[in-house]
Parts: sequence; C-alpha cells; structure tokens
Amino acid sequence: MQTLTQRLANPTRFMELSRRILPWISGLAALTLAYGLYLTFFVAPPDYQQGETVRIMFIHVPAAWLAMMGYMIVAISSFGLLVFRHPLADVSAKAAAPLGAAFTLLALITGSLWGKPMWGAYWVWDARLTSVLILFFLYLGLIALRSALDEDPALAGKLTAVLGLVGVVVLPVIRFSVDWWNTLHQPASVLKVGGPAIHSSILIPLLVMAAGFTFLFFAMHLKAMRNEILRRRVRSLTMAEVERAARLEARTVE
Amino acid sequence: MDLGPHAAFIWASYAVVAFVLALLIAWLVADGKQQEHRLEELEARGIRRRSARAPGPGGDAA
Repeated sequence: MQTLTQRLANPTRFMELSRRILPWISGLAALTLAYGLYLTFFVAPPDYQQGETVRIMFIHVPAAWLAMMGYMIVAISSFGLLVFRHPLADVSAKAAAPLGAAFTLLALITGSLWGKPMWGAYWVWDARLTSVLILFFLYLGLIALRSALDEDPALAGKLTAVLGLVGVVVLPVIRFSVDWWNTLHQPASVLKVGGPAIHSSILIPLLVMAAGFTFLFFAMHLKAMRNEILRRRVRSLTMAEVERAARLEARTVE
Repeated sequence: MDLGPHAAFIWASYAVVAFVLALLIAWLVADGKQQEHRLEELEARGIRRRSARAPGPGGDAA
C-alpha cells in the first residue's frame, strides 16, 4: 500500500489534489483571520503591563512561529530530496524559502515596532533577535544560492538542500535562546512546561490568529509549489523543443 | 477605537503585515498566471508533454 507521500510523488496527481484543496484552505485562512482580527481588536483586553501594545503580539508571535515552521519545511524537504529523492521535495523546499523569509521579516519588523514603546529601542543585539536575524539571512542565502545556480536546477536543488539541512541548527538556538542567555526578549509564554502563562482572554485570540496565519502559509505554499511545477514543465518543454530544433537543423545541414 | 499613546506602532505593525502578505499573494497569483500562459503558448505551438498529448489512432497516449 502506498503512503501519502508516495501517492503525492506524482506531480500530476499533486496538481489535481492541490487544485481541489487550495480554495478550501484559502477560504479557511480568510475566515479564521477575519475572526482572529475581530477578537484582536474588539474582544481581547489591554494587557495589565503592556497596555494596548499587546495587540502587536497577535501578529508578531504567529509570524515568528511561521518563520521557524517555514524553515522546518525547508529542512524536511531537503532531507526528502537528499535521502529519498522525492520528486516534489525540491519543489517544496524552493517554494517554502521565500515564504519563510517573508514571515521572518514580518517577525523582525513587528518585533521592532513592539520593542520601541516597550523597551525603548527598535533593536538590541540580544540572543533571540540576533538568532532570528541569522534565520532571515539563511533564507536569503538559500534563495541566492538557488538563483546563482539557475542554469543547473538539479545541482541547485542538491546544494541548497545541504545548506538547508546545515542551517537547521539555528532553530533550537532561536527556541532556547531566551533560556540559555540573559535576553531582553521575554521567555516562552505559550509553549512552555506547566502550560501557557497567558490569560485565556489574550491566549485564545493569539491561537486563532496563529491558526489563520498557518492556514494562509499552507495555502501560499501549495500555490507556490503549483507555480514551481508549472515552471518546470515550461522549462522542460522549452528545452525539448530547442533540442528538437537543433536535431532538425543538423539533419538539414547533412 | 482608542489604542492609546502607542497607537502608531500598533497600526504600523498591522499595515506592514497586510502590505507584505498582499504583496506575497499578488506575486503568487501573477507568477501562476504567467506560468499557465507560457504553458498554453507552448501547447498552442504543438509542444506538449507526453501525458498531455491526444491519444493516437491506436489509442497510444505517448
């Protein structure tokens, strides 16, 4: 019996399945985000310490989570390419990199805009902020490396997969940076031993926004994968046509 | 809605997120349309993938 990943190994089957799933997951993302925004601005109370600025958390934290999840997708896909040679693994890794970079940038910008009124500074070189900045540069490195090797997509896929796997060490550093070092950034408040340290009136809107962002990420990832499969079809057809034309020309010369 | 003395930081955060996400979605939609258009152009010139070719007289799809 085939596993789900084996069944999805066929790009044509993936295109058919993703075409059917994409509208549903996009709609789910839109509805969840709309409900999350309602909770954010009309239900969640101001924080007793941070006041109204806590509302930045409802977009900052999901963006930061997805920045890390995006890299996990890159790493798992890279593993799938290098070890199992899964036909869609490279497509998935390539599609996830710009999305992950965008969410990392959003985490950095919204964190900076939250930091100024709370810490008095847009930026400090503390462990959490610096490790997330490194994650952003890693994403840019993956995109740049692939772009530099554009003429040889197979080699580009393998090399970016190696970089993607090596770079995964940054994820535990980001996660535990607030525990390992003295940082200005607050420690984990949701995913921590002993349960969340946030009151449910703020936790629930945060989780709803996180779910909405996650659905949106998966919708965009599916769309980016579909685009990449189409791009590869265009490329292979164009190359086949060029080769056919060259053969015809060679026969004519003979 | 009164978001207090730091309202500008809150609105700026949401505006940046909305702008970047809108840009990403627009890029994905435009890229998809461009690839579909290029594929249609190739197919219109008779260049098709083997699996997309019409079956021959013997029913061979290759």
